[in-house]
Amino acid sequence: MEKYISLAHGDGGELSHRLIRDVFIEAFGDGNAAMFDAASVAISASKIAVTTDSFVIKPIFFPEGSIGKLAVAGTVNDLAVSGAKPVYLTCGFVIEEGFPIADLRRIVTDMANEARKTGVKIVAGDTKVVERGCADGVYINTTGIGVYEANIGCSLEFEEGDAIIVSGTIGDHGIAVLAARGELGITVPITSDCASLNRMLEMVLQHTEGVRIMRDPTRGGLATTLVEIAEDFNLTMKINELDLPVKKEVHGVCDLLGFDPLYIANEGKAIIVVAANEKDKVIDLLREFPEGKDAVVIGSIIGKDKGQLLLETPLGSKRLLTRLSGTMFPRIC
Amino acid sequence: MLEILKQSSNPEICRPLAEAVIEIALEFNRKFGRKPAFMEVCGSHTMSLARTGVKQVLKNEVNLISGPGCPVCVTDQRSIDAMIALAEGENRIICTFGDMMRVPGSAKTLLDSKIAGKDIRVLYSPVDAVRVAEENPDKEVIFLGVGFETTIPILTLMIGEAEKRMIGNFSIWMTTKLVEPVLRFLLDAGEVNLDGFLLPGHVSIVLGEESYQYLVDEYQISGVITGFETAELLSGIYKSIELALSGQAAISNNHPAIVSKTGNQVIHQWLDKYLTNCDEAWRGIGVIPNSGLDLKPEYDQFNAKKRFTVDVGEPRKTKCRCGEVIRGLIAPNECPLFGKACHPINPVGPCMVSAEGSCAAYYQYMRESF
Repeated sequence: MEKYISLAHGDGGELSHRLIRDVFIEAFGDGNAAMFDAASVAISASKIAVTTDSFVIKPIFFPEGSIGKLAVAGTVNDLAVSGAKPVYLTCGFVIEEGFPIADLRRIVTDMANEARKTGVKIVAGDTKVVERGCADGVYINTTGIGVYEANIGCSLEFEEGDAIIVSGTIGDHGIAVLAARGELGITVPITSDCASLNRMLEMVLQHTEGVRIMRDPTRGGLATTLVEIAEDFNLTMKINELDLPVKKEVHGVCDLLGFDPLYIANEGKAIIVVAANEKDKVIDLLREFPEGKDAVVIGSIIGKDKGQLLLETPLGSKRLLTRLSGTMFPRIC
Repeated sequence: MLEILKQSSNPEICRPLAEAVIEIALEFNRKFGRKPAFMEVCGSHTMSLARTGVKQVLKNEVNLISGPGCPVCVTDQRSIDAMIALAEGENRIICTFGDMMRVPGSAKTLLDSKIAGKDIRVLYSPVDAVRVAEENPDKEVIFLGVGFETTIPILTLMIGEAEKRMIGNFSIWMTTKLVEPVLRFLLDAGEVNLDGFLLPGHVSIVLGEESYQYLVDEYQISGVITGFETAELLSGIYKSIELALSGQAAISNNHPAIVSKTGNQVIHQWLDKYLTNCDEAWRGIGVIPNSGLDLKPEYDQFNAKKRFTVDVGEPRKTKCRCGEVIRGLIAPNECPLFGKACHPINPVGPCMVSAEGSCAAYYQYMRESF
């Protein structure tokens, strides 16, 4: 087979056929679906969840992850935090002419492995090739379908005193990717937290009551996602700075560059708001999973009227947290 | 959270320390009938004081005034406009610290120019600019050299590296600023009544404790060299009030583990080798003689100002009061634009957009709308 993607791989002819057969079907398995213009799949639920996400990460391979793993885990997590069980994925590739087919195989293998791990099937796909210089390597879009099981889900009925839990350390993914770009001039021993959380979150929903909402704090970080919850449901939420789980390496890089870990992206973390009397049980369940071993309570709902997120400093003062405004840039000194 | 941070911001240490600061501030108030007032010279201090909550916790007892210590903020508008105009030239790669990207020029920002297709690169490690030049021999690579004493040594390192590798297409647009001349300006102007300065720990590593002696000898005002973590900030303020109460001006080194008496001599050698004093224009102040450093004439090949000319007109006039904020004359929220026309998403002045700007610190950490 050719070593690099050419425009002919996207023109629908013989090379397209070979690419689909030898790379995609080889990894994803289900060759029958490729015989038709649409995949026919069975669903046994009265309500489904649908989500879509596009992945444009640079570099495409990073410590403990790749754009492929991310494209599956990211969409699976969007379904999982919505309380749905992920069942099917579709994927669309935009590939730059000249992209190495060996790298494409690696990406597709990562996708297949992550799909297998999560129990989701990749049932439809599309490939487009653009001229060199018109894209940066490869972009992937995945659309996910999940099913809701009866009597399992998030209540969205918040009470004062509800606990805010985060399933592990924050900022790992953003810093790992930044370091992997090789622009920091320092070596940072941090790996991405990129992981599918559906099995862990299913366990939480199945074995506890009182989960109000779950979200995955990806772009914009923990603070931005919490601000969205606070505003969307008109809640006053307070988190404690000292309780925030931040690895010392992440803290160090943030300190150096003037970044705030609260606003750095995560790709394998969940925020869970839960009734106060269930918080310990949720923490215990999360900690049974490797991706939830550092789960902690970071704050609580203190009111239901202002739509604000507050941070309590170690000194006991409080300050308002807002959404990330613009891209974070490294500072001068 | 991180153990080091836990120690430096351990509530069992910090809260009693804050109470002790309040106690001694009240003693000052009983003695002098007013709050003690200190200026934090450095933008990183401004950010740390706001982020850690120190400023809020002490707001009723201690007047902490932000000074002219944010390098982007103190750069005058004509100079900002010149750097943005520089990016318009053909066949150029502009390398910069991130702070500069969203600083409003009279017509646009560097970010606008980047979106419009200009090659403008934010570097995490500034010395990479030399590598960029090496990799792009057919382009002129220009680094925007904005900064105080903490940053200037890095600029000389870049020149040293370019010199060693004989890179001909690399230059720096120098608009550096020095701490001493601006402190002298503020003290000579006498517009702000101060009981002392909180002096930045990192600048002091370069300058050394003794470099501030002029504050005592010529102005009879104290300075306390202070770190950036919660406990360090509080103990620096405590020490400042203690000095003010004693009536004896002195320089106190509250960061002795890393700040020596005479500073970093290797860095001084580098500065002496490549740089010479020059006049610099400051936002809201005007030109202060010998308040910056420029490349010596023998390094003209690395001096972007000698190699490129840019035409900029009169800067656009706005109602932005950054100039007064920088001089400590008004607090950010006293500017009529603050939080309304001027906002981090749509900044009118640099103080709202720089990572060390007083308005950004105030907006991000100190709005009391809850």
